[in-house]
Order: sequence, then structure tokens, then C-alpha cells
Amino acid sequence: MEKFKALKAIAASLPLMNVDTDMIIPARFLKTIKRTGLGKSAFYVLRYDENGAKRPDFVLNNEIYRRAKILIAGANFGCGSSREHAPWSLADLGLRCVIAPSFGDIFYNNSFKNGILCIVLPQDQVDRLAALASSGNTAGGEFSVDLERQVITGPDGSVTPFSVDGTRRTNLLEGRDDIGLTLQHAGKITAFEEKQRREQPWQPAS
Amino acid sequence: MDRPRTLYDKVWDSHIVTVDGDGNAIVYIDLHLVHEVTSPQAFEGLRAAGRKVRCPSKTIAVPDHNVPTTPDRLLQIKDPEGRLQLEMLEKNCREFGVPYIPMNDARQGIVHIIGPELGLSQPGATIVCGDSHTSTHGALGALAFGIGTSEVEHVLATQTLAKKKDKNMRVIADDALPAGVSAKDLILAIIGKIGAAGGSGYVIEYYGRAFTELSMEGRMTVCNMSIEAGARAGLIAPDEKTFEYLKGRPHAPKAGAFEQAVAYWRTLRTDDGGVFDKEVVIKAADLVPYVTWGTSPEDALPITANVPDPNSFSDPAKQAAAKRSLDYMGLVAGTPLEQIKVDKVFVGSCTNGRIEDLRVVATLLKGRKVADGVGVLIVPGSGLVKRQAEAEGLDHIFIAAGAEWREPGCSMCLGMNPDMLKAGERCASTSNRNFEGRQGVGGRTHLVSPAMAAAAAITGRLTDVRKLA
Repeated sequence: MEKFKALKAIAASLPLMNVDTDMIIPARFLKTIKRTGLGKSAFYVLRYDENGAKRPDFVLNNEIYRRAKILIAGANFGCGSSREHAPWSLADLGLRCVIAPSFGDIFYNNSFKNGILCIVLPQDQVDRLAALASSGNTAGGEFSVDLERQVITGPDGSVTPFSVDGTRRTNLLEGRDDIGLTLQHAGKITAFEEKQRREQPWQPAS
Repeated sequence: MDRPRTLYDKVWDSHIVTVDGDGNAIVYIDLHLVHEVTSPQAFEGLRAAGRKVRCPSKTIAVPDHNVPTTPDRLLQIKDPEGRLQLEMLEKNCREFGVPYIPMNDARQGIVHIIGPELGLSQPGATIVCGDSHTSTHGALGALAFGIGTSEVEHVLATQTLAKKKDKNMRVIADDALPAGVSAKDLILAIIGKIGAAGGSGYVIEYYGRAFTELSMEGRMTVCNMSIEAGARAGLIAPDEKTFEYLKGRPHAPKAGAFEQAVAYWRTLRTDDGGVFDKEVVIKAADLVPYVTWGTSPEDALPITANVPDPNSFSDPAKQAAAKRSLDYMGLVAGTPLEQIKVDKVFVGSCTNGRIEDLRVVATLLKGRKVADGVGVLIVPGSGLVKRQAEAEGLDHIFIAAGAEWREPGCSMCLGMNPDMLKAGERCASTSNRNFEGRQGVGGRTHLVSPAMAAAAAITGRLTDVRKLA
């Protein structure tokens, strides 16, 4: 997994609540057997009109925000389906950090597995960061997100602390392989299976 | 004395392989359901790392999301991407030794229909699938939740998941549902009350007479939509109805072992004094049929209500969302919901594609005709549901009324197979999500129960089914 330590980048604001994973990537783009190349379909309906032309009012179509690596979003961002294509498509767009008042649980989890840091902050703090991101955010208007220190530094120098679950933080900082970590406990898994088989003989054999 | 525990506590505790001081647990998974859309990258990951599937006997795969529902699907699937995904599933299952139910098998169907139907989903089990509606299986008292593809790979390789425990929430509905009000109306009312994020971070236990009096199918409808309230899992304690439902199903414990299993399953209920972090009470006796008006499942109202004014919401973010929803849905605030005309009706999905749902629709459509200009699609959730419906003659009723009767699959629930709405088309749908574009680009979805879908099919508009019965 790709590591995440710190990031200095432009932030784009998408202040809509309940942005679901169908909105992040519609199901018709899930007919792929790859993880890559999904960025072109990200936010498809918000980004393109019926004729496939870019909608000028969508933030990531604005030249200033095209290089954004941080997205400041509304409540319950990523609700809905379990499709990991949602974080894959965001990562492919270059987004590495999403800041919102709350997230859909599965999306939140999937994002961390793909090196995307999701930060939960109270609505008023999200609103303040969104306002900073929307006020003439040019080359001098970058945000810094430091996962080691767990702080966001705004383009105005303001510092916003945040907190992420310790294990998720370590996994991101070190880019850990979850499966490899679990397999270190293979003996315990086997012991569990043997015990379950004794106590619940109706379960299928492993 | 042992600390009183909730049903969720019990199932969680009994599956911990190991846990550290911070609550990071490795949790054993008893059943892993796999489908074509969220698994190819997981199998690819196994291949790249030289890993095997740890327990093929606890894994089963079936295509459902992108399969067409027309009979010609057995000859050829026209869409090359969809075809490749189906071929990859079959190839991956063969290579890794995973049991696979092909499209031409009578058992093929939506993963969440076939798990319970085949007796694979059992009380007290942990069940996962790369699909958020895995919460469905909680209706049998299983801890069942959706996972992403990275976790699909994790479960394939280790038969476990690394995770922390969620919080406990209980939704209590102590009285019986009134006549004409179904499980779907009950769960829409719950989501309307607690919101699309109301259950985030929780496992919900549904508790009380309104839930215990539901059939197993009705309980599945309720648990299925837990995720629409943000909860990854919903649970209903198993009871005699559950045991009776499972008895004799192909993968249920056989005679002898079955009684032993039931003795254990009977212990799976919340102890007196079990602690919930959050409790919500619903007055089931006051409920009426519900419909959604907007583009989030939380936008649910009684059919007797009007389209709301966005300014009536106190939260400015919700005001903005409601304005956007009304614009997308082509609705005007103040319009009675019963005056909204529909172009399409969809009956099916993992929410409402079971035999009981089809029986309800058939009862209403019998001797009646679908309204002029309304297209009605009825899609069984599995081949076994289809066979049962046809044995009961339901297909003849549907066709005589002017509806289409299809092959099993996810169909028009999600806009990734040929069954889609066209831009601007309005649909009364028994599915689970009314998100923008969910049923096709520009399609407009009103979530309803099977009975309400049948009523809309007959009148051509959203209709209080109690007036038809």
C-alpha cells in the first residue's frame, strides 16, 4: 500500500451532503477487472453534461483546482455501496486526502486501504477550511496535511488538529500490508478453526 | 456472573481469533459470498502475492450484478466488458478452487437472495461479501456486512478480517404493523427517522413485535436496508421462525446436527441488561405506506404527505441537498405524493426479490391491468424464486396484467446491466437506493414496497395501496 506521511497541496471544496459512491463513480464504470484508470469516470455526472462536455461549475473542472490533492466534502461522504472503485477513482484523479464532517463506513475503510487519508472534523471547522479553499486559492494557497503530527495547516497559517485511529495511522505511515500482518497469526487462525469445529461440528470443514 | 451481552456482542466475541489492547481484532469469517464485480482485483492480488484461498469450502461465488435478465443471455452477452467480468469470475473460481454457481444454474441469483435460500446463511455466523447489502443476512441472526475489494482479498487469503468492534444500537418497535403496511415501509420509516448516517459506526439490532411478527423474507428486507441508515450490519435474534425457515435447506445442518445447532442458536439473543450505545423507538402501529421523494433513502415520507419544501429543513446543508433533489427529481414542493405519475415500475432486487414479495404483487395484479404507458419489470431474485413463482402460476398473472417476467439478477436496481431507466424516466422501485443516476443516467427513483409498486403499476402514479385492497 502507498504510504501517506504528509501532503502539501491545493484543496477543492465540494460542499454537498450524502455524496454517495454512485455519485463518486456510477455503476456502469465498474465493469472493469483492474484497479487503475478509473479517474476519468470519477464524479462523472457532476463533471460532465449529457453530451460529455465538462460542466464549468464543477470544482475539479476549474483550472485552479485541477491539481487538487485534498477534497473538502460534506457530511456522510461516500455513503452507499461497498465499491472500492470509489477510492480507486479518487486516487487516480490524484486525490490523497478527504476532509468531511462524517463518512460512509465502508468508503472510509476502503480509502485507508488505498493510501487515502480521511479526516473527520466538526462541520464548522470543515466549513472554515472550505471557505479558505474557495477564496482565491492559487499557488500560494496550499494546505499542509501532516499525518505524523495530525495537523492541517491552512494557506492562512491557521492550524487545525485532527485525530485518526492509531492503527489506521500507523498502517498509512508505514504503508503496511494488512494480509501479511494477519498471516503472522496463521497459527491462531488454525487453532480457532479447530476449536470451532469441535464446538460447532455442523460448520463446513475448512 | 457474566456481564450481560447484546446479540452483537455474542456473535462478535465468538469469532475473535485474537485482539490487542487497543481493540484491534482479527475476526473469523464463516461465510464469504463472492460476485463478479468486486472480486477480480482481489483474485489478481492473490495471484500477484502467490497466495491461495484459505477456505474454499466457506466461499461461494455467483454472478448477479451485471448479468442481463433476458432469456437470450445464455446465448450471448453482448456487452464485452460485462462478459469479461463474468468469464474472469468463472476462471478465478476454477483456478482457486472456489465453488461457483454459473448463470445457467437454477440456483443462480442475487448473492443476498441465495445465501439464506440455500441455507448457507445461519444464525450466529459471520458473513461478508463485497457488497454493502450483505446486511440482509442479519435477518437470520448472523453478523453480516459489506466489505471492499481489499478486504475481499484479505478474507480469501486468511478467512479473517482485521477490524475494531462497532457500537451497539437498538431500534425498538413494540407493536404490530397495521394492515397494508409492510417490512419495506417499516425500514423506510426508520431510515427517515434516524437519517442516512444515523447508524454510522453501529450495528443495529431490530427488536420488538413489529420485527418478530415479520416473515423471514420481511426481516431480510429490513436488515437489507440497514446500510441505507449508515449501519454496516443489522440483526434480528433468531427464533422458531428462523429455525423452521432453515430446516431442510441444502446447506443447513442435517438431521441430528440440526438439533445441536438449534440448541446453540437459541442462546443468540440479547441478555437482560445488555448495553446499547443508542436506542431508537418506532411507533409501528402508527405507520402507513412510505415512499421516497428525493435522492437519499432518508428522504422517506408517508404516501399521504406532500413533497416537502426544502426551506422546511432546519439544517442548511439539508436545505441545499433537498433543493438539488427536487430539481433532479423534477418535483415541485407541496405536490401531493399521490399525484406523482410514474413511467416504470421495478419489482425485484436483494431488498424485495423474494417469493413473498412476488406473491404480494401477484395478489394485487390478479385480474387487473397495468396502466397505459407504464412499463413494469418483475425480476425474481434467484432461479429458485423464479421456479417457485412459476409453480404457483404467478408468472401468468404478471404477463396477463401486462408486466414483463425476467430471469434472475440485480437488474434495474443499480444501472450496470441492460435494465436501466432512460434520462427523465420516473420509476416506482422496490430496490434500496434512490441515488442520482442509480437506475440509469438521469433516472428518477421512488423507493416503495412491493404492494406499493403493484399499486403504482395499476394506477400509473404513486398510490396508497390501502385504497386498492
